[in-house]
Amino acid sequence: MSESTQVTAATTPEPAPAKKGKVPLSEGKRAERRLGLWLIAPAAIVMIAVTGYPILYSIWLSLERYDLHFPDQQKFIGLANYGAVLSNGYWWTAYGVTMFITIVSVIIELVLGMVLALIMHRTLVGRGLVRTVTLIPYGIVTVVAAFSWYFAWNTDSGYLVGSESAPLTSTWPSIFIIILAEVWKTTPFMALLLMAGLALVPEDLLKAASMDGANAWQRFTKVMVPVMKPAILVALLFRTLDAFRIFDNIYVLTTGQNDTSSVSMQTYNNLLKGLNLGIGSTMAVLIFISVAIIAFIFIKVFGTSAPGSDDGGKR
Amino acid sequence: MAEIVLDKITKRYPDGALAVSEVDLQIADGEFIILVGPSGCGKSTTLNMIAGLEDISEGELRIDGQRVNEKAPKDRDIAMVFQSYALYPHMSVRENMAFPLRLAKVDDATVQAKVNEAAEILDLVAHLDRKPGNLSGGQRQRVAMGRAIVRSPKAFLMDEPLSNLDAKLRVQMRTSVSKLQKQLGTTTVYVTHDQTEAMTLGDRVVVLRGGLVQQVGSPQFLYEQPANLFVAGFIGSPAMNFLPGTLENGALNTPLGTVTLSDRIRRLAEAANAPRELIAGIRPEHFEDAKLVEGKPGGSFTATVDVLESMGSDKYAYFTVEGETATTAELDELAADAGSTDVPASGSSIVTRLAASSGAVAGQPLDLWYDSDKIQLFDPASGKNLTYTE
Repeated sequence: MSESTQVTAATTPEPAPAKKGKVPLSEGKRAERRLGLWLIAPAAIVMIAVTGYPILYSIWLSLERYDLHFPDQQKFIGLANYGAVLSNGYWWTAYGVTMFITIVSVIIELVLGMVLALIMHRTLVGRGLVRTVTLIPYGIVTVVAAFSWYFAWNTDSGYLVGSESAPLTSTWPSIFIIILAEVWKTTPFMALLLMAGLALVPEDLLKAASMDGANAWQRFTKVMVPVMKPAILVALLFRTLDAFRIFDNIYVLTTGQNDTSSVSMQTYNNLLKGLNLGIGSTMAVLIFISVAIIAFIFIKVFGTSAPGSDDGGKR
Repeated sequence: MAEIVLDKITKRYPDGALAVSEVDLQIADGEFIILVGPSGCGKSTTLNMIAGLEDISEGELRIDGQRVNEKAPKDRDIAMVFQSYALYPHMSVRENMAFPLRLAKVDDATVQAKVNEAAEILDLVAHLDRKPGNLSGGQRQRVAMGRAIVRSPKAFLMDEPLSNLDAKLRVQMRTSVSKLQKQLGTTTVYVTHDQTEAMTLGDRVVVLRGGLVQQVGSPQFLYEQPANLFVAGFIGSPAMNFLPGTLENGALNTPLGTVTLSDRIRRLAEAANAPRELIAGIRPEHFEDAKLVEGKPGGSFTATVDVLESMGSDKYAYFTVEGETATTAELDELAADAGSTDVPASGSSIVTRLAASSGAVAGQPLDLWYDSDKIQLFDPASGKNLTYTE
């Protein structure tokens, strides 16, 4: 065991001999690599089977006319499905609604999550209890939580609305109720991620800041936030990607009526209700592309360290 | 510049634990004072109370005659250097040093001037635009010092600022800290667990144990006149040797044999009402190879050299003396702090510092002499030094 680590330590300073492919690897090193490949093989095969294949298959489907109502008319039509979706008003309405819900809910979650994280971080008595209580909403199944919000805002059973009003029947009130349900549900997750970031801020740094003359707010904005920026960005990335694919809350609360549908709802309606595999797959691919763009922006523009790439954060 | 007065400062934690008990200390303007003691002795807590990072349970802290117990750290106008340096990782060296000035809303030109001045003093000019993550330990340490000196505070507090440096750099930085303090003339309170730093840096040293001040005085005085067993054992490297002894008719009987005490020590012991059973302490340098000593009064014994370390200028010879060992709570604590409790020992281990010309050979018996006028006597019950003179 110690022998193999010594070998690794000794070879690392050399400028990447493996890449040049000229320097022959030692027998032990090659055996180690072979063993490594064997060990990851099962996981790699499962990954390819459950993610790679569906992705490629839906890309293929999106290039076909394929409506299960008319299976005989299945035909390769190139990018025509994309043209149909991208020139459709419903799609763009749904896209706008999704973006709005994503941006507003993530911002609110960030603020509330930070407050919660600070509370959880600072709590000295009953720390376990406070953390558990905070995490309850996150532990409840989304559909269950969505139904309780539905009953709370519904005209007949709702204890949050009068008998005269029906907020879930008009666009904006519905959207804000959806956002509320989202925020209530996922703020604890955000708080959890941020709390991990808070733990990265050394106590000495805050002490030093107070010695240097910073008040509590200045310590927060000038020291805490910049130092935990990598954690904040990761939390934002996770939540944005999640929020963009919002489905359950909308499905339960409004079923997408009154222009409250999200892109995921649209995809579901076309794919599983309309049984139009071509159009549905096109939408799924478009969501995939949007999510990829969001991740790209976060990682390349904001410098979020992608999960798994441990360069220790760019400080 | 300021005078700092600690008036019966006490720190009691909510769970009742007493961290610091009634510390009385007057730190003069411009003085360099060291708080030293083993871990958990309350030295950092005391420093944090001066800084305002911990509340003072009882007593009063005055800076320049004004009570500051209730003041926030930022209103006390003192700067602190941390063991971890606590540099802001997202700011450049320049921004780090400018941070206190920016918070104080100092205008841009002054900030630049002060930062440049501090960088000049600390030899950091070439590194001003780098991030702390790209600096070496010594450079980071200097940035931390720079951040403290830019705003010319009333006092510097330093919490083991050199402990994270390697040994050679630590010695080097020790000199520069001392020079810097003399140059700026700013009152400085310096916490360390390293008695060498305490001896070399401070104008005065405060030895703490279990939250209680053991002794306050100049390094030399503490070395020559330790008030009790704890200070005697803590100050000095290698540490003082302790042996159980009995006092009879002006003669001291220890595992090293019987020696007639000098008149000076005999009088002091009588005046202090010395008990019959006591602990004798002899510093390593008060031993010598018997062949090199002629006609000076003292005791002598023969023992086999266990280990011999030649330092060039001197030789350290280690012996084991059979018989009882001196044990008290103080000595146990010192041993625990030095991490030597686990070493199995039959008899007392003695360290001696001999002249380089000594003919000591490891494994061979050697005749040794020790100075009977330099023996210190301690009361085993109270730990008090019976030969202490002001």
